[in-house]
Amino acid sequence: MSSKQPRTLFDKVWDAHVVEPEADDRPAVLYVDLHLVHEVTSPQAFTALEERGLKVRRPDRTFATIDHSTPTLPAGANGERPYVTDEARKQIARLEENCHAHGIPLAGWDSPNRGIVHVIGPELGLTWPGSVVVCGDSHTATHGAFGALAFGIGTSEVGHVLATQCLLQRKPKTLRVMAVGTLQPGVGAKDLALAIIAEVGIGGGTGSVVEYAGEAVRALDMEGRMTLCNMSIELGARAGMVAPDETTLDWLRGRPRAPQGAVFGQMAYDWLRLHTDEGAVLDREVRIDASKIKPMATWGTTPDTGIPIDASVPGAKTETAGRALDYMGMTADHMLTDMPVDVVFIGSCTNGRLPDLRAAADVMRGRKVKKGVRALVVPGSEAVRRQAEAEGLHEVFLSAGAEWRLPGCSMCIAMNGDFVQPGQLAVSTSNRNFEGRQGPGARTVLASPATAAASAVMGRIADPRQFLETAA
Amino acid sequence: MSNEPFGVLSSRTVVLSNENIDTDQIIPARFLTTTSRQGLGKHAFNDWRYDKEGREVKDFVLNRIAPCAHRILVAGRNFGCGSSREHAPWALADFGFRAVVSTEIADIFTSNALKNGVLPVVIDQASWDLLAARPGENAIIDLEACELRFGIHVAKFKVESFARRCLLDGVDTMGWLVGRMPAIEAYEKQRAA
Repeated sequence: MSSKQPRTLFDKVWDAHVVEPEADDRPAVLYVDLHLVHEVTSPQAFTALEERGLKVRRPDRTFATIDHSTPTLPAGANGERPYVTDEARKQIARLEENCHAHGIPLAGWDSPNRGIVHVIGPELGLTWPGSVVVCGDSHTATHGAFGALAFGIGTSEVGHVLATQCLLQRKPKTLRVMAVGTLQPGVGAKDLALAIIAEVGIGGGTGSVVEYAGEAVRALDMEGRMTLCNMSIELGARAGMVAPDETTLDWLRGRPRAPQGAVFGQMAYDWLRLHTDEGAVLDREVRIDASKIKPMATWGTTPDTGIPIDASVPGAKTETAGRALDYMGMTADHMLTDMPVDVVFIGSCTNGRLPDLRAAADVMRGRKVKKGVRALVVPGSEAVRRQAEAEGLHEVFLSAGAEWRLPGCSMCIAMNGDFVQPGQLAVSTSNRNFEGRQGPGARTVLASPATAAASAVMGRIADPRQFLETAA
Repeated sequence: MSNEPFGVLSSRTVVLSNENIDTDQIIPARFLTTTSRQGLGKHAFNDWRYDKEGREVKDFVLNRIAPCAHRILVAGRNFGCGSSREHAPWALADFGFRAVVSTEIADIFTSNALKNGVLPVVIDQASWDLLAARPGENAIIDLEACELRFGIHVAKFKVESFARRCLLDGVDTMGWLVGRMPAIEAYEKQRAA
């Protein structure tokens, strides 16, 4: 392959996966290295295969888990899991049958590896730098933290990948977000993500793959990079990417499905060359000064309504904004930190990893969840749960008065029975604050784990930095 | 799955001028536990159509029309953002919509809609303003000409060429992709080498 023409990180991964190049009359045929599957967006795809008498072509490149419809409360004395509906139970059973019939590995109820699909992929070492990863889930962008090209697809396309291991794709545009400077104490990847989305806008990344770069991104740990890439879809971009570096290799080395031994070293050599070359042309670039970012929280019903936590709610300049303020029960010019909180949710594919839980526990340790506030902490996977319990984090949450649940998507998508009551305000570490996202009539404020924990303790939207100072 | 050719659509419009109508509004997540793609139309825009007690919201536009006579949804900017759920175009199609007209439509929704006979039509702001100002207007969507016509107005739109051909001819995309198998196998062989 010619290396003369400077290329972007995205170009390098794209080029290596083109089976047939795009032409005027047809998209590229793009090869998929890893196809992650869950119960909600796959049943109709398996049906489509069956209707044509097709088998899953590469079960060895497919991996399934159950996360969206799964209850986060344990099975009862009778061994029955408390599914929200019989339909949810059947949906899980359908995935189990489909995986069995097609020889697809499944991290199911009995597996120590079960968890949210975007938490377990990296955890198991399934997500490799430079690979193409897809899943019937828009937060697949998470895996881009490893320098993979990872994007969400619809169920028809899930069928395409099951049948052929390929997708028909037009080459997207590129957008680089340069985060210069250093994040301040108490400000994390979630705050950076919310600041970027506020800057670029909810549709600002449509048609593009985002590359996150700059010293603030380099300084993030892998979990932070996953949080950042996870929310790429919230600016309309299907994928977000961070170039692999030593942080990436250190995180991946030794994981069960990562390359082992000498092979790892050989692949790592190639992976470290997956960066945007000097002189490569991107379609657009946005610069953000990370040192100026404060803890962020959203006031509206789209993820681009993040503002600094110590700011007042902006006035409604548009009909859309007016409707959002009305839905949220927010008043223009009032301080965000004056808003009383009913529910706090800590978890999800955005912020359900170990460092997220540690950050929340650091705030809650020795403190109590404010009376009347319901706080739910849901680890992103069984592995996160085990490690958190080994560190005693669950005891911090439980003694503060929070609930400690089994892994799953839970209250982020609110389809498993964990939801926010109508009219209640939830500070949530998840990724979407759309109307009704966390339950019909639920009001969602997106924030970091530290901010969510601080809000649980204070009973209103709260700046986590006050707890940093008292701890120091 | 049969793919009915798209041809020319002539129908009255329904206008939902809200910006950023996300797929959670089109079909709330609690209806995603289905394993079928049929029957989701009854939950399309569920939480806008029904109140907390499950009663119809009388003044909401989708409760005041006969869906079969209004097959064109005119929606505000950035329609279909959020979740990748294909249940969104399934619900819209089952409700009766064959096209969504906006000034901007999200990527994954566009891809999903094209595979389900719901045409995403992106037009310029001035044309959209005119169209949105006349709810119930009869409009003609001509996919061959890539034109949206209403009254004396003509708005051009673009559809990805392959998806357009598939819609016009009723081509089955999965079948086409399965037909590329020799190239896919050659790619795998070359990579393994």
